[in-house]
Amino acid sequence: MTSFSPGFRGRARPLADRLPPGQYPTEAFPVLSTGPTPHVPTAAWDLTVTTEHGETRRWTWDGMMELPQQDTVQDLHCVTRWSRFDTRWRGVPLDVFLEDLETAAEHVVVESHGGYTTNLPLADLLGGRAWIAHTYDGHPLAPEHGGPARLLVPHLYLWKSAKWVRALRLTTTNEPGFWESVGYHDYGDPWREQRTWGD
Amino acid sequence: MADTSDHLDGNCLAGPLSEILALEPTTAWWRCPQCARSGPLAGLHVYGPEPGLTARCPGCAYIALRLVRQGEHVWLTVGGGTGAFRFRVTP
Repeated sequence: MTSFSPGFRGRARPLADRLPPGQYPTEAFPVLSTGPTPHVPTAAWDLTVTTEHGETRRWTWDGMMELPQQDTVQDLHCVTRWSRFDTRWRGVPLDVFLEDLETAAEHVVVESHGGYTTNLPLADLLGGRAWIAHTYDGHPLAPEHGGPARLLVPHLYLWKSAKWVRALRLTTTNEPGFWESVGYHDYGDPWREQRTWGD
Repeated sequence: MADTSDHLDGNCLAGPLSEILALEPTTAWWRCPQCARSGPLAGLHVYGPEPGLTARCPGCAYIALRLVRQGEHVWLTVGGGTGAFRFRVTP
């Protein structure tokens, strides 16, 4: 089953209105890395969601592909100031993975292969605003862009869209992630230019 | 281990670290707590420079340090933990 997220069929907004403050548009898709690129075969891939009570849900690659899929077109905004418009993704909305979880947690720590982490509010993963994305522009997501699957949270700066995602850990306290612990903003809203600690 | 096209060597840390260290940093000796490999800071594999510099063990990719320059501040973590020191430096 495939659905289309709102806005999939094009937007009337002029590009200038889609560029957050301090950003420049690019046709490129730069790769920023914090370490060697993990190469995770889909046969070995899984995703776990763990609540603060220790309840764990797990999906294999095949299990994820059987979930409701969604195509979405999104603008990406990197804290290093580039923005890329109309990127085309396919994946599973986070609402599907988080449905009916018994939790009082308000925060999530996203954990990736290679040791990368990022923190964000649980609410920002809900409401059709975040995906586990496995396809980019009609092709399997390349390892350098986070394949086989990455988090996609396009309403926040791109460092929140963790590449090579493997686990979501729901927490009752806010735990700074890889970049958040060295001066980057806990939330990272590009429209409020929340780049660094104190912005 | 990593190919050599996606990272720099630790000599690129000389400038950013010299802002907060009084001694020339690249000859500092470091021993990896994960794989026990040892060598000079100049031999680390460094990823970045944006959003920040991540220096890793050339043997096992364990994080040796992370450094982020933001305006008049340098943020530094030593090792893989998340506790960072923030230094004020001259812009």
